Amino acid sequence: MSVLRFCEWLAATPGSIALHESRYLYLIVLTVHVLTLCLFVGTAVIVDLRLMGLTMQTVRVTEVITRLLPWTAAGLVTMITTGALLFYAAPLLRYQNIFFRAKMVALLCAGLNVWMFHKGVYRSVAAWDLDPLPPRRAKIAGGLALVLWVVLITLGRMIPYQVYWLDCDRQPESAIVNLLVGCK
Amino acid sequence: MSVLDFFKWLQYSQPLTMMRTSAWFFPIIASIHLTGLALIGGAVLVVDLRLLGLGLRQQPVSQIARDAERWLLVSLVVLLPTGILQFMCFAATKYYYLTAFWIKMAAICLALLFTFSVRRKITMSDEVHGSPVWSKLVAVISLSLWFTVAIAGRWIGFP
Repeated sequence: MSVLRFCEWLAATPGSIALHESRYLYLIVLTVHVLTLCLFVGTAVIVDLRLMGLTMQTVRVTEVITRLLPWTAAGLVTMITTGALLFYAAPLLRYQNIFFRAKMVALLCAGLNVWMFHKGVYRSVAAWDLDPLPPRRAKIAGGLALVLWVVLITLGRMIPYQVYWLDCDRQPESAIVNLLVGCK
Repeated sequence: MSVLDFFKWLQYSQPLTMMRTSAWFFPIIASIHLTGLALIGGAVLVVDLRLLGLGLRQQPVSQIARDAERWLLVSLVVLLPTGILQFMCFAATKYYYLTAFWIKMAAICLALLFTFSVRRKITMSDEVHGSPVWSKLVAVISLSLWFTVAIAGRWIGFP
């Protein structure tokens, strides 16, 4: 079964239709998804700024990370749950959306950046834990994360605006656009 | 000129008419506004969590508050202009009749007033101050006010 077929099947399930057509539930899920930015990205940004030496310079890096990480993790779980529900409410509309697709790629990059930081320069954190200005590789990881947050937020906000520009139902479109957006 | 007259005048002024005809202007401004939301979330949460005895609880409140205040100010520099621009992207009279808009405006005023008066006084003083109950109350009020701002803000955009 192709991803497109799967999305079509998912869109026809009663739960997806109910969430899509609901008066308040969809808006509540969307609100939770957006406001969790404060918790998830908010706490992550503090860590990123510390890695760049732009805040809490006298606090150990490990302390900032270990004390704030549970809150970031709670935010991430909420984001993924509500995000999955938003996808479930309109699977085909998300799947055939260039901003949604780009957002998933950016999310992958953000995850990769965190993973590389933890596998790389963070292993030697004992040597620079109290440095007001962490080593260059840590600064780059923090800066890259900040850029990726802005990209993720922008792409997420743009998702409902694709229709102003293109729509799989409004053909003909160029082959490259149809490929990128995943039109049939 | 009444408030409604002012909103009508604003609505039909030339730059606002131009901004409303662009499909891209609004979502881009809204994205920057949301980035500011994430930043203010971090700057407010890290201090309020500390007041509640959570998060960076081994550090003195005053130090965390001083570090966070800079980023709170940066977030406001991002949020206020983009918020005003978002307001300008739609018919101003739309907002005049939206309860959520007036709730948000009132909550912003209260939140800023509280943050830079009571909360600042409590968090910035270096001496041991008041009971922990008082600190926790300040954190709960601060979180409630900002939460109201965020919820009402989200509700402005709903059908």
